[in-house]
Amino acid sequence: MTVLNEMQLDFVSKSENESFARVVVAAFASQLDPTLDELADIKTAVSEAVTNAIIHGYENTVGIIRISSKLYEDKVVITIQDWGKGIEDIEKARQPLWTSKPELERSGMGFTIMEDFMDELKVDSTPGEGTVVTMVKNINKGTVRQTT
Amino acid sequence: MDVVIIKLDHDMIKVNLKGEIDHHASLILREEIDNYIEKHRVKKILFNFKDVSFMDSSGVGMIIGRYKKLQNVGGKIGVVNLAPKIERIFQMSGLFSLISNFNDEKEAIDKL
Ligand SMILES: Nc1ncnc2c1ncn2[C@@H]1O[C@H](COP(=O)(O)OP(=O)(O)O)[C@@H](O)[C@H]1O
Ligand SMILES: [Mg+2]
Repeated sequence: MTVLNEMQLDFVSKSENESFARVVVAAFASQLDPTLDELADIKTAVSEAVTNAIIHGYENTVGIIRISSKLYEDKVVITIQDWGKGIEDIEKARQPLWTSKPELERSGMGFTIMEDFMDELKVDSTPGEGTVVTMVKNINKGTVRQTT
Repeated sequence: MDVVIIKLDHDMIKVNLKGEIDHHASLILREEIDNYIEKHRVKKILFNFKDVSFMDSSGVGMIIGRYKKLQNVGGKIGVVNLAPKIERIFQMSGLFSLISNFNDEKEAIDKL
């Protein structure tokens, strides 16, 4: 399948960048002419993954978060990577309502929402090295707008 | 994120939320609401989501946090005007077993 467009963005793990990150990815994915509903799903999933990198990956210290995204005719692939703490037990982490930080008022619903709102979710993580979250959203219209 | 707190009754407030509720905004909201709750002995909170354009799971954590806080004084929480996407997040999180989703403000004031 041909990649129609590609982007990569590095930013520091500040909570102010949560809204920045989801707006950037939504703007990029807009080239596929998604519905407002699809865009809202993408924004929510990106927000969850970036928040996790900030709170759990870097535990509110400063680190780099990298978002990369590729557009295909009928889908957008989004990767969110951190070089933080990593996840010991990914299966447990993905369970609804499970959180390692209840004292920070986390709900444990982040991965569950990413899974529900996107079409595919893959989590790769190595303790002490970091985490890569890859998500796919199918965009059914699948035509890139002509730019002149 | 903007928040306006309106007193509805001696122990009941309405919290008008505006904008996007993410982790960053939740930290600010939590502080403003808790300050108010402690100062004014609030027992019932009605969150009005009419002008909320975005919420992720950090919003769920913020609501559960306030629920736990009010539980200590026998209080209750209600919500109105949830957009479908936000309602789905509430549902997935099981929030409706802790708080009530009202059709409108009048119903909330009567039943909360
Ligand atoms: N990027 C990450 N780095 C390290 N741990 C993570 C990361 N993302 C998620 N986790 C772990 O997975 C758990 C579940 O994540 P999530 O479903 O988003 O819930 P929450 O963020 O509310 O805890 C987190 O509590 C944390 O332990
Ligand atoms: Mg999370």
